[in-house]
Amino acid sequence: MTTRLTILAAICEVAAEQRKTLAALSDDLPLMESGLDSLCFAILVARLEDALGTDPFTAAGDGRLPATVGELIAFYDNALV
Amino acid sequence: MTAAGGGRGRRVATRDFALELDRLSGASSLGEDPARLEGRAVLLAVGDMAKAAAALIELDGVARQIVLCPPGAGIDALVALARAAAADALVHDGDAPTPEIGVETRVACRLPLQPLSAPRAARFSTEWILPTSGTSGPPKLVAHTLATLTAAFHPVAGERWATFYDIRRYGGLQILLRALSGAEPLTLSDPNESVDAFLVRLGEAGATHISGTPSHWRKVLMSGEARKIAPQRVRLSGEIADDAVLAGLSALYPQARVEHAYASTEAGVAFVVSDGRAGFPASVVADDGEVALRVVDDVLRVRSNRAALRYVGADAPALKDADGFVDTGDVVARSGERYLFVGRRGGIINVGGAKVHPEEVEAALNAHRAVRASRVFARKSPITGALVAAEVVLRDGAAADEGMKRDILAACRAALPAHKAPSFVTFVAELPITDGGKLVRHG
Repeated sequence: MTTRLTILAAICEVAAEQRKTLAALSDDLPLMESGLDSLCFAILVARLEDALGTDPFTAAGDGRLPATVGELIAFYDNALV
Repeated sequence: MTAAGGGRGRRVATRDFALELDRLSGASSLGEDPARLEGRAVLLAVGDMAKAAAALIELDGVARQIVLCPPGAGIDALVALARAAAADALVHDGDAPTPEIGVETRVACRLPLQPLSAPRAARFSTEWILPTSGTSGPPKLVAHTLATLTAAFHPVAGERWATFYDIRRYGGLQILLRALSGAEPLTLSDPNESVDAFLVRLGEAGATHISGTPSHWRKVLMSGEARKIAPQRVRLSGEIADDAVLAGLSALYPQARVEHAYASTEAGVAFVVSDGRAGFPASVVADDGEVALRVVDDVLRVRSNRAALRYVGADAPALKDADGFVDTGDVVARSGERYLFVGRRGGIINVGGAKVHPEEVEAALNAHRAVRASRVFARKSPITGALVAAEVVLRDGAAADEGMKRDILAACRAALPAHKAPSFVTFVAELPITDGGKLVRHG
């Protein structure tokens, strides 16, 4: 599975578990408007660390963080290069 | 050496020794000259619990203080205990190298007992110094007396006690003293013995009253030898007893009274609950008899004649508040006419500012039909600081697969607020248990 598909599947899985209504996922969807709350994001990032072997949020320190779904995917893609 | 085994009479039986208590009046485990220990603050550091029992009985009234060292304490721990308690004598295991801890007066403890030429003079009101169980932070020392240690029970004939605890810990010492007050043998565990082997030995000894932590008893529930014992009384203490472990034990031993005692080294035995349910009736708090309870900021406080006298040491904090209550650090929550134990004040997982007690999550996990035992801990998160994760021991025959994980996690989400429900579960064969019989908590 590509990083993109892994991330999108994980977002759907966490939203379903936490009973959140997910907005239609597109690259320019702001994460703040996705329907996920901070607990969902925390779970998502930990699941992705297990699935992809990296946690770019911890590695980023005070660097720039992703604001949209597309940036989130790029964030992981860059970390995996 | 006498082989341990069944039969009647006042006896402390470990795997390797049987200590005949009635012989102790004219015999000793401490050699020719136990008078060297008179009036001393004695560090008691021996291996086998039969030796420890003999030395305790001999030293009470002779020593000014007895410091009960936990089993397996290394040289650094012994030095720290000796310093904290200002010990000026050491009783060490005669069958092991003498630990060099800078104490001049040293006496070897050996079994079998040797005859005493002169009777012992018991002149002191001895203080029994115990390390606290230290589930969080370094252990502290508290001072008890035989009066505080025995205030919680009245001698009852015919109770044949046994315990999973070491007798140098409060829970085990309670059982030793109960047995000493009766006329039946006491059966004690061995650190190098499996739960299966101990259960076989308990069955052979005919133990009727058996005590241990919920972690000990979950091991019994998983043991193929669980039916080797037929207890009349099953006693749990030292950790929160949840509905699942109480129900499991009641089903396994339908003839037994399954009870959980609320006790700590500092506060002593506060009360015993035997209605088969977790927590305790709110009426216990209202009742102001020998034991008084208060709930202050959701934390249980206890005042009783079973509480320790004080913390020991130069810079020791006060044990009791102005009204004589001991702050237990145990967080409780009221639900109707019942209080439930939620967890330890110091053991909280902080999920994005929301507090989670591992114990309340474990109770939800253990309620799942496929779960035998669980341990909940924090997983670091760059988003919320921490997330809740769990290790789970499944019951026999339960499938350890992804479907089971999803089912367990979904059950927790249904039972708990979102931030308390674990997000991760790992299946493990067993959970680490401390020497004191409690679940090992992540730092």
